[in-house]
Amino acid sequence: MTAGTEPTTTQRPAIERPEIHDTGLLRQSLTIVRRNLIHIKRMPEMLLDVTIQPVMFVLLFAFVFGGSIAVQGSAEGYREWLLAGIMGQTIAFASFIVAVGLTSDIDKGIVDRMRSLPINPAAVLVGRSISSLMHSSIGIVIMSLTGLLIGWRIRDGILEAALAYLLLLLWGFAMIWLGILVGSSMRSVEAVNGLMFATMFPITFLANTFAPAENMPTALRAVAEWNPLSSLVQAVRELWGNTPPVGSDAALPLQHPVLSTIIWTVGLTAILAPLALRAFQRRTAT
Amino acid sequence: MTSTPAIEAENLVKHFGDKVAVDGVSFSVPQGTVLGLLGPNGAGKTTTVRMMTTLTRPTSGTARVAGHDVVVDPKGVRRSMGLTGQAATVDELLTGRENLRLIGGLYGLSPSYLKRAGDDLLERFSLTDAADRVVKTYSGGMRRRLDLAVSLVAIPPVLFLDEPTTGLDPRSRVELWDVLRGLVREGTTLLLTTQYLEEADQLADNIVVIDRGKVIERGTALELKNRSGQAAVVVTVSNGGDLPRAEALLREVVDEVHVDEGARQLTAPADGLRAMTRIAGIFDDSDIELDDLGLKRPSLDDVFLRLTGHRAEDTTETDEEVVL
Ligand SMILES: Nc1ncnc2c1ncn2[C@@H]1O[C@H](COP(=O)(O)OP(=O)(O)OP(=O)(O)O)[C@@H](O)[C@H]1O
Ligand SMILES: [Mg+2]
Repeated sequence: MTAGTEPTTTQRPAIERPEIHDTGLLRQSLTIVRRNLIHIKRMPEMLLDVTIQPVMFVLLFAFVFGGSIAVQGSAEGYREWLLAGIMGQTIAFASFIVAVGLTSDIDKGIVDRMRSLPINPAAVLVGRSISSLMHSSIGIVIMSLTGLLIGWRIRDGILEAALAYLLLLLWGFAMIWLGILVGSSMRSVEAVNGLMFATMFPITFLANTFAPAENMPTALRAVAEWNPLSSLVQAVRELWGNTPPVGSDAALPLQHPVLSTIIWTVGLTAILAPLALRAFQRRTAT
Repeated sequence: MTSTPAIEAENLVKHFGDKVAVDGVSFSVPQGTVLGLLGPNGAGKTTTVRMMTTLTRPTSGTARVAGHDVVVDPKGVRRSMGLTGQAATVDELLTGRENLRLIGGLYGLSPSYLKRAGDDLLERFSLTDAADRVVKTYSGGMRRRLDLAVSLVAIPPVLFLDEPTTGLDPRSRVELWDVLRGLVREGTTLLLTTQYLEEADQLADNIVVIDRGKVIERGTALELKNRSGQAAVVVTVSNGGDLPRAEALLREVVDEVHVDEGARQLTAPADGLRAMTRIAGIFDDSDIELDDLGLKRPSLDDVFLRLTGHRAEDTTETDEEVVL
């Protein structure tokens, strides 16, 4: 090492102490986002969950089950109807992406390292959330392209279509808090995987995502229609013109899907955010 | 003000539920000096460092770093110190240089400074060749060095190192010591925890020994050793047959001689160099052939053994341990 081999009389001049600037929450969060994006660049297989996996789902469902699931009021039939469901599932899994990233950072001491720096303590979470939403958004784009290939179209106005994408994003925000809660509570990435597979898959299937809720047994149908995810999927479907409004026998939230999606996301955030922040605090500050 | 200590702890206490991890630890580190926090596994070293670096809140007591209270002004503390934790916290998927840039960016350092300081630090830690490789491909020692380089990117006046050389081979360890000495020469105040007594001996101006959350001894390495007993002269004869004659010779000048036939060694308490010179003269005048003659001071290991009743490397759960 240089310090050892150099005669002590000719020590390298010390670099002067630099000035530390408080660049604020946004810049600090973006610095962390950049780092998270480098991760994706170095390990593109991290994107499998929003690329190959949902594309496989689309193709499997569209072509394997598609023939035997009847849907009404969709121009291209089940394939077109299915797309909003896959989108809903993809964005619900944003929570998964946040949780995995956060657990891994806590586990590897990266979060401690960040917390020892003179930055806004929220930057770690904000940065993680932004990059996870970007990650999920890639999935939304890929799903849209896949949809276009198999016959899905936006059949209503461009404003309605944009609102649908906005609702998906809004849903993603609510899911971030779930991700922070799970990520702070689990001790390892494997545990996160286990928990999320065991809970998120059933939850995203017990909805109107892949099969119409009308055809389910009464009890199941009630659960599916009150599933917050169903409101989102119904809203997106209607806004894209892929389905007509639900019949009068459907549960209340589905009668007003856009409004109930907003209420669900605000409600979920109001419940999950304080729990998530407390879990994060407890996990990292002890 | 040069008179304020760079680091101060007053009666720090940390409970985890019922468990008392740190139980009233106090110390003070003058600017530009090195404090070695020494203790066996589970002694409370990491917990103490985490309280001093704002990562965890003390249950009671206070601590100040560069004059900033860790509870009242954590941001002031974070602006004044660098921390290298016990486990490497570098980002495996980034290159060495990207790791430096990430942390430097979070400090809000200018890009031109970061470039210069980054190059300098990489060179200082012999990482120039590996700078643009992903950290995943680094050896454990390289990660450790990068971790340290990253902690130094803003040249903090106070540096906390939690077992910085654990997992390094002897050569890397000595190299790291050199770097740390250089930093201290340039004015950095250093608190390092270690289980290696030699490390505290080599680097620390002052040593605080903790065990089960309590300070059990403090002083310079020399003071600790002196308190731990006298030095001894150790004579190794070439032929085991000479042992009785050698013992008789020794008894002329000292009262107490310990004979170890297997090692062909005689050990006698001696209060320093003068005794040793006298003994050397006696053997020089005799025809007994010697392999070796030397003065043995108690090592910090002996100090440790005396204080804690177990060796530093002893990893047994302290709670169940029977103290002899
Ligand atoms: N988060 C925690 N929750 C509960 N107990 C803890 C926690 N952190 C540490 N402890 C306990 O507090 C005691 C002190 O731990 P600490 O990590 O400070 O020891 P240490 O001196 O750093 O040990 P080592 O040499 O093994 O790193 C140990 O008994 C440990 O089990
Ligand atoms: Mg420790």
